[in-house]
This record gives sequence, C-alpha cells and structure tokens, in this order.
Amino acid sequence: MDEAFSFVFLMLASTLRVATPLVLCAMGGLFSEKGGIVDVGLEGKMLMAAFFAAATSAITGSAWAGVAAAVIAAEALALLHGLACVTYRGNQVVSGVAINILAAGLTVVLGTAWFARGGQTPPLVGDQRLMPIFLPEAGDNILVYVALLSVPFTWWIIARTRFGLRLRAVGEMPLAVDAAGLSVASLRYRAVLLCGLFAGLAGAYLSIGQNAGFSRDMTAGQGFIALAAIIFGKWRAWPAFGACLIFGLLDAVAIRLQGVRLPGLGEVPVQLIQAMPYLLTMFLLAGFIGRAVAPKAAGVPYEKEH
Amino acid sequence: MRAPRRSSAGPLPAWAEVALLPLVNIALAFIVVGVIVAIIGVDPFHALRLLVVGALGSWESIGYTLYYATNFTFTGLAVAVAFHAGLFNIGGEGQAYLGGLGCGLAILALDRWLPAWLMVPIAIAAAALFGAAWAAVPAWLQAWRGSHIVITTIMFNFVASALMVYLMVNVLIAPGSMTPQSRGFAPSGELPAIAGLPLNLSLALALACCVAVWVFLWHTPWGYALRTMGHNPEAAVYAGTNLRRMTMLAMCFSGALAGFVGVNELMGVHHRIVLDFQAGYGFAGIAVALMGRNHPLGVLLAALLFGALQQGGAELAFEIPTITREMVVVIQGLIILFSGALAHLPRPWLQLLFARRAS
Repeated sequence: MDEAFSFVFLMLASTLRVATPLVLCAMGGLFSEKGGIVDVGLEGKMLMAAFFAAATSAITGSAWAGVAAAVIAAEALALLHGLACVTYRGNQVVSGVAINILAAGLTVVLGTAWFARGGQTPPLVGDQRLMPIFLPEAGDNILVYVALLSVPFTWWIIARTRFGLRLRAVGEMPLAVDAAGLSVASLRYRAVLLCGLFAGLAGAYLSIGQNAGFSRDMTAGQGFIALAAIIFGKWRAWPAFGACLIFGLLDAVAIRLQGVRLPGLGEVPVQLIQAMPYLLTMFLLAGFIGRAVAPKAAGVPYEKEH
Repeated sequence: MRAPRRSSAGPLPAWAEVALLPLVNIALAFIVVGVIVAIIGVDPFHALRLLVVGALGSWESIGYTLYYATNFTFTGLAVAVAFHAGLFNIGGEGQAYLGGLGCGLAILALDRWLPAWLMVPIAIAAAALFGAAWAAVPAWLQAWRGSHIVITTIMFNFVASALMVYLMVNVLIAPGSMTPQSRGFAPSGELPAIAGLPLNLSLALALACCVAVWVFLWHTPWGYALRTMGHNPEAAVYAGTNLRRMTMLAMCFSGALAGFVGVNELMGVHHRIVLDFQAGYGFAGIAVALMGRNHPLGVLLAALLFGALQQGGAELAFEIPTITREMVVVIQGLIILFSGALAHLPRPWLQLLFARRAS
C-alpha cells in the first residue's frame, strides 16, 4: 500500500515537474493567440530565457537575478515579435521561426564565447538555483506554484476583465475594436509582452529550477508542445492546463517505461509516447476529437484604413 | 511604435522593389551579425575576411560550399513551391528526414542485386516519394479537414524525428554497431563524388530541380493554377481549379524536393542511413526562399550564399575558437527576420530617398 502511494506521489510530482514549463508557456501563448498574434516562437523565447537565467545566475550568484534576466531576455524577443507582427505587419509565422532559429544559434554562440564550455553554462549550486520549498523530493520550487497560479490568473484576465474582453475582441475582429476607438496595436503589444513574461519564467524554470545550468537546445521542442497544448485546450486556459498535464504525464510515463515490457503489449517504444502530444494534436486538428477553432483574426496583420 | 504610412511617399521603382530592398534587408542582417561578433570580442571585418576565404579561398572550400548549397537549393525550392500556392510549409525538416529514409530503404533492399544505373534512379524516386508522402498528410488535413498547415507540418517534424530514432535504434541499426546507423550501402547505391569531396552528382539534380520548378510554375497549366490559388483562391475556384487537389499537388511537390536532401547526404556523403543528417536544412530553406523571392534563380543564388556561409562559418569557427559554427545559425535567423518578418522595415526610408530624388 505504502509502495503504491509513493509510486503515485512520485508520478504526480514528476508530471508536475515536467508540466510546469509547458503550463507557463501555454498561458503565455494563450494571451498572444487570443490577441490575434500567432506565436510559433515560444520555443525560442523559452530557450533564450533559459540561457540568460543560467548565465546571469552563474555570474551574480543569485537565482533571482537569473529569473529577472530570463524575463528581460524573453521580453526582448517578444518586443521583436511585436515589432515585426504589429508595427511592420510582417508574417507572424516567419517572425516566430526567425526567433526560434536566432535563439538556437545565439545561445550557443554567446555561451561558448562567455563560458567556453561548448555552449553550456557552468553548473549551478546553492543559491544560484531555485530550491524546492516544501518537498525536496518533488522539486517544488517557486515557479511550480507560479505556474499553478498562472492558470486561474490567465482565465480570470481573459474571461473576467475589461482588458480580457478587449483582447478577445482584438483577436476575433480588430476592426470592431478600432471602430470603438481603442488601439489595436497597443492591445496586441500588451498581449505579446504578457506572452514574453510567461515564456521567460518557463525558461528560468528549465535552467535554474529543474536543471542546474543551461545546455544547448535544452527546450527540446517543449515550446511546440505548449503550442499543441493551447490547440488541444481549444484556446481556453483550464483545458490547456489539462492538456499540459496529460503531456507531462506522458513524458513521466515515457521515462518510467524505458525498456519495460508490458504484459500483452511487449515493449512500448518510448519514441511513440514522446510523439504522442503531436499525434494527439494532429487528431484533434483533423476534427476527430471535437473541433478546435482558433481566434478568427489570429495570424492576420491589422491594417488600419486611412 | 508606428510605422510610417506606406502611401506617404509613393511606391518604389520596380528595380528597387526586386533588387534594392532585399539587399538592404540582408545588409541589415549582416550589420546585426557584425555587432554580435564585436560583442564577443572579435573584429567583425577580420571575421568576415576569414569567412570569405574559408568559403571561396580554394577549390576544396568551393567544393564544400557547393555541397552545402545543394541541400539549401532543395529545401529552398520546397518552401518556394508551397509558398506560390499560398501554403507555408515549415515541415521541410521532417520531409527531408523521411526522404532520406526512403532512398535509404530502397538501397538497403536492392543494392546487392541492381546495378548503379538502375539503383540510383530508383533510390532518388523513393526519396521523392517518401518526402511527398510525409507532406501529403498535412496537405490532406488542410484540404479536407481544414486544419492549419503551419501547425501540422511543425508537428510532423517532431513525429518524423521520433520515428527515425525508433527505426534507427531498433530496426535499421547495423548488427554489432554501437551507434544508431544502418549498414553501409553497396557501391551501386552511392553517388559518385566530385574530386574526392562531399560534393557529388546531387548538385546536378539540384540544378535540374531549379529548371523543373521554373518550367512547372510558369510554363504549365498546373503551375498557373497553383499560382492563381496562391494569389486568390476564389479566383482559382472560379477558373475551375480544384483547390483540394491543388493543395495536395503543391505540398507533394514541395515534400519531394525537400526529400532530395536525403539523396545528397546519404547517397552522396554518408553512404548509410544516419540520424540528424538533415538538421537545420529544412528551416534554413525558409530563409533561402525568402531571400530568393521564391524564384528558382533567386533560390539558387541564395542557396549559394547560404552554402558559402555554412562552409565559411565552419572555417571561421576553426580559426577563432571563441566563435562557434552556430554563428551561421544566428545569421540564418537574422536573415529570416530581416528579409521575412521585417521586410517592410527599410521601405519608408527608401521611399523617402526616392521621393527626395524625384523632387
């Protein structure tokens, strides 16, 4: 009995540990997408934030300085995305792809130049990391709780505040928002910056919370899994949170199942479980599991008439 | 943060639109690269000289440049063809991966029996087929189920990667091998190398693809229908085009082109199936297509530039230890940014310039 309990506890803990960056990223992405700005660049923002968090923490010795640097780095890329998508009405997907590639390259280039460890930052110890608060074996650092709180926060902002109403409007029909005398650009910039904030926290969690340092490409597609979670949650906060938990659980299961033979099934390929978030999202998008409808104006630059 | 109105200074002359604006965009990207290099503590002009010499300084380096350019041509053309149909294919990465699997499987199955003149065309066809098939699923989902092709092609990149790791580790790994790679191809499954370099006959295939894409897009009724769909889907329907079939055609063509990266890498260089041979080329194809303005000739020129960057970057990283090969990735990202997402950034300045000259 005790064993079963501790198994369940450990599974839950590792699910939450894996899901935390997904949840933060998904909530950030939700703000952006709700405001009509498609964000393929979540991955890049998270990666850049992870690098600057670890680098700053290694140099200053303070995890908090690392978190601040992570947010600033992600916000810088968010502003760039805003500049390209809102001000210069560029292609949002192209901008997102550019940010991903830029982050993948720049983190290694700067990391190698500054630390000469093949793109890695020095290993972080003690106060350079965010430490677990209550349960050392669960790895529950502050950002885990921030992630859990970010869901009701996001839901409340989007569903219950004036800003949220306007944000949704700007993602569905910017013309109406413009006609009502509100600035489409200002609303969209705020959406993009909120997204940067959360992506920054997700990056900090990866490099100075979950791990003890930055390694190249450490996001490993999690930004895209977060994007999948948004779609899987049909652009709503709580269902997206649920999707993140499912994807986190899949990951925890994949680690446990490595090399294990299941009765009747044989060995389940770990790669299949790892591909599940993407496959499930494809099935959903194909309309086999309900229907996922994006905000109507997502991806479309708004051109003010004059 | 408001961009100056586009209409304030009148349109740009055609030559500025086609040639000057893209050059200014690339110049901006390189200025930012120079700043980054300076931040690292290296003289940007010294780095540039090393890069150019590394890419073009000897016959050997030119050979490497052309070999890299071959890959960039394939993925650049792939993005360009889809783009003409109004489709954004970011799945080049996965399609290239599966293309390699296709030609690899064909060779592993047949290389002991077939002579090279039969084996090579079959393997090339298999690469095209597998690449096209991997693009066909997102295309089908877009055409019949209305799911967005950008998202589905991204997802398929990850699925391709998981599939390949599974196949290489569990199925195709050569007996007794420690690393996940297949057995070596028999000589009939190898493309002849040029002058002992990685450069091989795939270069000819790439050039043929450029011509084929040009003929297809601008000199066949399908190409005309495809471009019509890209410009104005409603007009295409009115003209009798079946948008679903055209979506499938465009994406399959695109996927097949990306799949040829497998031909260059596996049949030309590695002579076996390996993991991650396609890494980065699929995404770089977006930059190549953007820079080449989606025209085969432009793609070819952009691919040459990217090949030179790849080769020169490797030499640069060799000469200056503080600079890594990833500097090339940074340049690619910045080119996508400045000639794609921020393409309109310098427009107002140029318009002002031309308006002042006219008055």
